[in-house]
Amino acid sequence: MVKNIDYDVAIVGAGHAGCEAALACARMGLKTIVFTVSVNSIALMPCNPNVGGSSKGHLVREIDALGGEMGKNIDRTFIQSKMLNSSKGPAVHSLRAQADKDEYSRSMREVLENQENLTIKQAEVTDLLVEDGKAVGVRIYTNIEYYTKAVVLCTGVYLKARCLCGEAITYTGPNGLQAANKLSESLKNAGVIIQRFKTGTPARIDVRSIDFSKMEPQYGDNPIVPFSFSTDPDSIQKEQVKCYLTYTNEKTHDIIKSNLDRSPMYSGVIEGKGPRYCPSIEDKVVKFADKTRHQVFLEPEGLRTNEWYVDGMSSSMPEDVQIQMYRSVPGLENAHIVRNAYAIEYDCFKGKQLKPSLEFKKVSGLFSGGQSNGSSGYEEAAAQGLIAGINAARYVQNKEPLVIDRSEGYIGVLIDDLVTKDSFEPYRMMTSRAEYRLLLRQDNADIRLRRKGYEVGLISDEQLEALIYKEEEIKSEIKRLQGIRVGASKKTSDILNSLGSTPLGTAATLEELIRRPELNYDLIAPLDQERPIVSRAAIEQINIEIKYRGYLEREQRQVAQFKKIEDRRIPTDIDFSEIKGIRLEAQQKLNDFKPVNLGQASRIQGVSPADIQVLTVYLSMRDRENSL
Amino acid sequence: MNYISDDTIAAVATAPGVSGIGIVRISGKNSLKVIDKIFRNINGETTDIINATSHTIHYGFIYDNDEVIDEVLVSVMLSPRSYTTENTIEINCHGGPFVIRRVLKTVLKNGARPAEPGEFTKRAFLNGRIDLTKAESVMDLISSGNEFARKNALKTLRGSVYKKIHDYRDRIIHETAFIESALDDPEHYSLDGYPEILRQKIIELKNEIENLLSNSSDGKVLSEGINTCLVGKPNVGKSSLLNLLAGEDKAIVTDIPGTTRDAVEVKIQFGGLTLNMMDTAGIRDTDDTVEKIGVEKSRNAIEISDLVLFVIDSSTALDEDDIEIFGSIRNKKSIIILNKSDLEPVITIDNIKKFSDAPIVVVSAMNEEGMNRLLHLVREMFLSGEISSNDQVYITNERQLSDLRNVDQSLSLVINSIDNGMSEDFFTVDLMDAYDKLGTVIGEETGDDLADRIFSEFCMGK
Repeated sequence: MVKNIDYDVAIVGAGHAGCEAALACARMGLKTIVFTVSVNSIALMPCNPNVGGSSKGHLVREIDALGGEMGKNIDRTFIQSKMLNSSKGPAVHSLRAQADKDEYSRSMREVLENQENLTIKQAEVTDLLVEDGKAVGVRIYTNIEYYTKAVVLCTGVYLKARCLCGEAITYTGPNGLQAANKLSESLKNAGVIIQRFKTGTPARIDVRSIDFSKMEPQYGDNPIVPFSFSTDPDSIQKEQVKCYLTYTNEKTHDIIKSNLDRSPMYSGVIEGKGPRYCPSIEDKVVKFADKTRHQVFLEPEGLRTNEWYVDGMSSSMPEDVQIQMYRSVPGLENAHIVRNAYAIEYDCFKGKQLKPSLEFKKVSGLFSGGQSNGSSGYEEAAAQGLIAGINAARYVQNKEPLVIDRSEGYIGVLIDDLVTKDSFEPYRMMTSRAEYRLLLRQDNADIRLRRKGYEVGLISDEQLEALIYKEEEIKSEIKRLQGIRVGASKKTSDILNSLGSTPLGTAATLEELIRRPELNYDLIAPLDQERPIVSRAAIEQINIEIKYRGYLEREQRQVAQFKKIEDRRIPTDIDFSEIKGIRLEAQQKLNDFKPVNLGQASRIQGVSPADIQVLTVYLSMRDRENSL
Repeated sequence: MNYISDDTIAAVATAPGVSGIGIVRISGKNSLKVIDKIFRNINGETTDIINATSHTIHYGFIYDNDEVIDEVLVSVMLSPRSYTTENTIEINCHGGPFVIRRVLKTVLKNGARPAEPGEFTKRAFLNGRIDLTKAESVMDLISSGNEFARKNALKTLRGSVYKKIHDYRDRIIHETAFIESALDDPEHYSLDGYPEILRQKIIELKNEIENLLSNSSDGKVLSEGINTCLVGKPNVGKSSLLNLLAGEDKAIVTDIPGTTRDAVEVKIQFGGLTLNMMDTAGIRDTDDTVEKIGVEKSRNAIEISDLVLFVIDSSTALDEDDIEIFGSIRNKKSIIILNKSDLEPVITIDNIKKFSDAPIVVVSAMNEEGMNRLLHLVREMFLSGEISSNDQVYITNERQLSDLRNVDQSLSLVINSIDNGMSEDFFTVDLMDAYDKLGTVIGEETGDDLADRIFSEFCMGK
């Protein structure tokens, strides 16, 4: 048997998680090898052609702040861009871009190929190598073994994957790619608990068979806002593609209802749990029977392909039903389906086996990131891949793992939810899952996370200096605005009147004026003669900090409380069943999840506030005993 | 929920009872600030207890705004020389159980929060005041105290109030889920014109909660009395008991014709409490008359009463009628009265416990025995909900009321946000606060309710 010992870290899979993990490890100076079943499928987007969207846009910004690649890559390859919810509060503004799928994939592959310390290897990984409870490498299909110091699983939806299109079942990964059929068994032998999830994708239709005149065009934003904090906005302004909106109708729904017995979802062929938030069109028709129509968005898959994505109509119906179903939609009467819609079932891991660092509790040196942890979505996957990669590298470097908590980022909320809750469906990010949503905005991800990225070595000195400069700008400008008072003169009144604002009764500071809902930093410029030059990015922060201060301060106080229990660590050797005052159910749950701190313990379902009170006393008792 | 906190907590620190004297204890960094807001000296002037020396006692009055609540002695114990090692204030009250609760309420309104069961002791332990060997008993105290409080809280809430609060929660999370669905999928759900609709809904909800609050306060028990229903089979001694209840405290028995509450027929003063005896027509006939009140009719009375007194003749075996009554009072505050203790008993307390966990009191209406214990039980149920022994003191109702008041405040903040033209994502912050607090009132955790609700009610995504 050939043994290869050239690498520090092995990454299994090169999807959105695997790419971030591989780049992070290599950039942190580790010799890294990334395995993929097909080099052509690096950073493949097998489902929707977008990056970002509500809350997912936040994740991309956070990935970028920490030094990940996704934001930069979509900035290079987008073909339409939109800030969702721009009329709402800043906390729910979310950037979403249409990607040119092939370009996205090609561009990411280029980055990987040229990354120092990183090797790409096309091979199915068949076994995890474990010695003394430690991951020591992987074996590939040719029986060659790679001995490494850490392994990161980014297996996505490939483990024992099977695709269903009505009665037609194929044992492949997405897009007919080879599934990974052996690794699951090897992981089970290492003690990994596996569950089965399901997801699906709609058909792709030949653009020449679509009649857009029956649909409403959807345009991108102008100006375009980049995802990455490092992208110069001026460099990405360009002509954008249109998407189109149409609707299903009762005819569509009748076709679906009369063929439900042929849907593997309803006939019981599919065993995996599918997501409720991203339902197939069959699900929508059954669950929301009172709705007479559902939205359907037509989105191009790229600039150099005729394939269009039918957003809103994922399905696992047989092909003949799909044809009828899609053709019942206005504008799709003559639709030619290039790729059928299908559902995919796959093995993934129960999140409770993982530490917040994304290392397996039972197998040290084994990390996991991405859809295989029970999430869904490219952005969720990339975020975890980045953290798993960083922590695999930190593990090899013998350093404390990087853990983002719920008050620091959506990444923290995502990972904490995955490892602390028993989820029975693929997990999707939503802004409502973040308790401190007003603080975790997409616009301030750099202020929240850049320093952490710098500490682990993924953010350069230059990038950090840019952040410090921006923070200084914000601070000194707010201070200046607080210090300047404008009197209730005729001139001031005229200006305020012209801005639709009420004149002043007594003098007010510029800050007080900005706080008025109808005014902002830019609008009051005529009242502020000696204004210094301040960057757009800083002005955005200044407006938000001034306008929403009351709300922000309230959440900051809540965060301070949160931090207190989050900082209270629980030693790993505790047997919760020995703590008498804790109820039996809670003892079992605590032993099962082995929370790392009091905060995580309090979020486990079945653990009551009283159990946590008792645990607090117990921990304090242990501390005092140990200090004796 | 605060687990490691240095905020300021308060509770009644003495066992409840008929005694008029009790102590309200405040502990935490703001204790002195709290007392300075509500305490004035004999001349009605504010004082500076904040500057007082440790271990001093101050004579004066507790004020709720400008209303005098009680004449008190206030003890000051400064950190670290107190039980919890925090700044501690003890208010010695003299005005009886109601007044003690008013004092506590005033304290809670002015910057303290209700203490968790065992929380004073927990703090004493965490701050090193209590010996390591006592750790286990501290943990026991917390867990048993919470268990008791939880049961007690649920008991007082069974039935209609529970249903109401459940309904409030449901309405709040429905609106929140709608907003969140629209924020998550803005191309699918529109919020145009929604704030005005929400405003109306929140105002309705606030009105209902404020109504519930004013009805739940002690004042109602005192001024309007407790709607009480006396049930039991014929000949178990209901009328003798009624006469005894009326006579014992030489109370006024009045017929109240034409009152809107048709069911209320007699008001009885019983040990300082007013019992509105309901549907007593059949009962006031003498024992010899065959009573016409059937189980069916009693059930209607049970439905609208605050308290059910179920009278059982201990000298006769339980039969199906009794069991049916047990069933109909299951969700009610009730007391089982085992009458005729003067006769040879056939029924034991254990027999009854099989059917009901309501408190049982053994009386003999004939020999006028057991009435004090009945009085004590009624008072305990309506005036305090407290459990005894120093530190475990915990006022279930007060906690729930305090939570409800917070809910009301959160809803006011939602209205503020709407009126200030904030965008919808700001509404959900306070809506979820209200939702969480309503959850604590009925002992339900929040978990993933919102996400579940969004997925089940709104058709999301691609």
